[in-house]
Amino acid sequence: MDDALLVVLLLADATVRVATPLVLAAFAALYSERAGVVDIGLEGKMLAGAFFAAAVASSTGSPWLGLGAAVAASVALALVHGFACIIHKGNQVVSGMAINILVAGLAPTLAYAWFRQGGQTPLLPGEARLPQVHLPGVEALSGIPVLGPVYRELIDDANVLIWLTVLLVVATHWVFTRSRFGLRLRAVGENPSAVDTAGLSVTRLRYQAVVITGVLTGIAGAYLSTAHGAGFVRDMTAGKGYLALAALIFGKWRPWPTLFACLLFAFTDAVQVRLQGVPLPVVGVIPVQFIQMLPYVLTVLLLAGFVGRAVAPRASGVPYVKER
Amino acid sequence: MAQDAAQGMTGRGFGRPGDVPGWVGYALLPLLNLLAALVLSGLVILVIGEKPLDVLALLVTEAVGYPEAIGYTLYYTTSYIFTGLAVAIAFHCGLFNIGGEGQAYLGGLGAGLVGLALTGWPWPVAALGAVAVSALFGAVWAAVPGWLQAKRGSHIVITTIMFNFIAAAIMTYLLVDVLIRPGSQSPETREFDPGVWLPAMDRALGWIGVAIPASPLNLSFLWALACCALFYLFLWRTRWGYEIRTVGRNERAAVYAGISPARNIILAMAISGALAGFVGVNEIMGVQHRILLNFTGGVGFVGIAVALMGRNHPVGIILAALLFGVLAQGGGQVSFEYPTVNRELVMVIQGLVILFAGALENLFKPRVEALFRRRDGRTAHG
Repeated sequence: MDDALLVVLLLADATVRVATPLVLAAFAALYSERAGVVDIGLEGKMLAGAFFAAAVASSTGSPWLGLGAAVAASVALALVHGFACIIHKGNQVVSGMAINILVAGLAPTLAYAWFRQGGQTPLLPGEARLPQVHLPGVEALSGIPVLGPVYRELIDDANVLIWLTVLLVVATHWVFTRSRFGLRLRAVGENPSAVDTAGLSVTRLRYQAVVITGVLTGIAGAYLSTAHGAGFVRDMTAGKGYLALAALIFGKWRPWPTLFACLLFAFTDAVQVRLQGVPLPVVGVIPVQFIQMLPYVLTVLLLAGFVGRAVAPRASGVPYVKER
Repeated sequence: MAQDAAQGMTGRGFGRPGDVPGWVGYALLPLLNLLAALVLSGLVILVIGEKPLDVLALLVTEAVGYPEAIGYTLYYTTSYIFTGLAVAIAFHCGLFNIGGEGQAYLGGLGAGLVGLALTGWPWPVAALGAVAVSALFGAVWAAVPGWLQAKRGSHIVITTIMFNFIAAAIMTYLLVDVLIRPGSQSPETREFDPGVWLPAMDRALGWIGVAIPASPLNLSFLWALACCALFYLFLWRTRWGYEIRTVGRNERAAVYAGISPARNIILAMAISGALAGFVGVNEIMGVQHRILLNFTGGVGFVGIAVALMGRNHPVGIILAALLFGVLAQGGGQVSFEYPTVNRELVMVIQGLVILFAGALENLFKPRVEALFRRRDGRTAHG
């Protein structure tokens, strides 16, 4: 009984840890895409964040400076994206792709020049990594069945960025349903000319959205290299940016369903690690690769309308031109 | 949205005073964008502590300075021509095919299965079979997203990205669990029978008495050039090509003209996938002679840059593919000579070229065009 509970808790814990960067990146894209700017450059911005977080944390010993550097680098890339898509009405998909490829080359190049360790940063010591939040009362509660283990395994000693992500989810819900800024962002993604007519600057709103995207992807990258991992390694995002995008689509561009999709994807990943080589009833051993491709297949099916319908913000991907 | 990129050769719209000469659109602006990308790449080289001009000089020498290097450069160029054409035909239909990577990967599977199956057959049969089956595999892998876009309204950019990941997972499964050489640890198939290998160019030219040094360059280079010619004839000289371009320019007008957008979207994607699949012929039948993991190494993404730089025209694509071939070969060699430079520097340059030639293509355009219009205006008014 207790063993089963422990397995469930360990799975849940792994799910939360894998889901955190996905949630951060997917919510980052939520801001951008609800404002009408398509962002497939999440991968690149996360990778830049991961590199600068680890590089600065390694050089200065402070994970907080690393976090700051990650956010700065990621926002800089977001501004490039904004410059191309908002000011110059460039193709948003091409711009996102360019940023992904650029950073995939730039991060190891800089890492090599900086640390001379084959395109990665040195292993970070404990104090250069973002800390976990130790909660009081673990011993006191550990005697209580169910609640004790849940508190000990799942809630205590979670990374500070996991808590930040929880806050972000709640705040995002509030922003998009209650705040004036959020409602305007949504409007600018659906009908920019109406927003323009109302006397608000489409350019300004979209820039604000893109900068928020940069901040959040930077944090997501920092989580990968200085909280979850202990240093930057080449291609450490490994498609998480695209997976986050898939989660956003799966969540139909809404906060709570997007969170759910991230947790689902992360859960398949956690299960996949546990299921390797374990025969299941009826189907036998499922090859890992099939579980890994599940999120992508689900997204394709969803987009094809076989599992509900995902409707993107109407103006997403379309540069706004006054007086069209 | 891909239409903007597809219509790269604008510059002479209706009602615009003072025509801008055509070469501004397809020569001067791409060169300016390329220059901007190179200047920024130079800055990156400065940042990591090397001299940009020295690196550039070495890069060019190592790419085209001696016959063997040219062979390697053209071998990279071959794959880039295939993926560049693949991205370009989708662009002409108003579609953005990011799935070149997955399509090339499955094309390689198709070519490889032919290589494995046809042991003992003469190589021309194997070559034809590899071309046909790799085209089929690539076409199917691209036509499904095409069908989903045309009939179910799912976004082609997202589905092709997802299909890249699905292709990677399938290939890993096949190579680890199914096709792996018995008794082997590394996930790859057995080597094909040497009789079915696509002859390398040095061997092929040896038959007619021309001696060149050995390199991975093989006969698929000629097939790539043939594809360029076929691409031109198809797109600008046949009815089907006309229909595809019409759908890309204006879907609604196409419907009024009795052209089915759905049919053309699927057709264009199938051709696009087939072209990307030919990467498998070059890599698997021409060079590796076995199916192995990740042999595509980003060629699908480079294809985007090639198509954008080449303005979606076969001649431009050959030139752009040559440029990226030089970068790939020269960049790889530079990383041997300079301890601080590694191969990824090439990706930095590729990314910057995509950024400037694709996303920021309007950066210099208004100013340069205004310059030419003003000059025209002045001469008109005397």
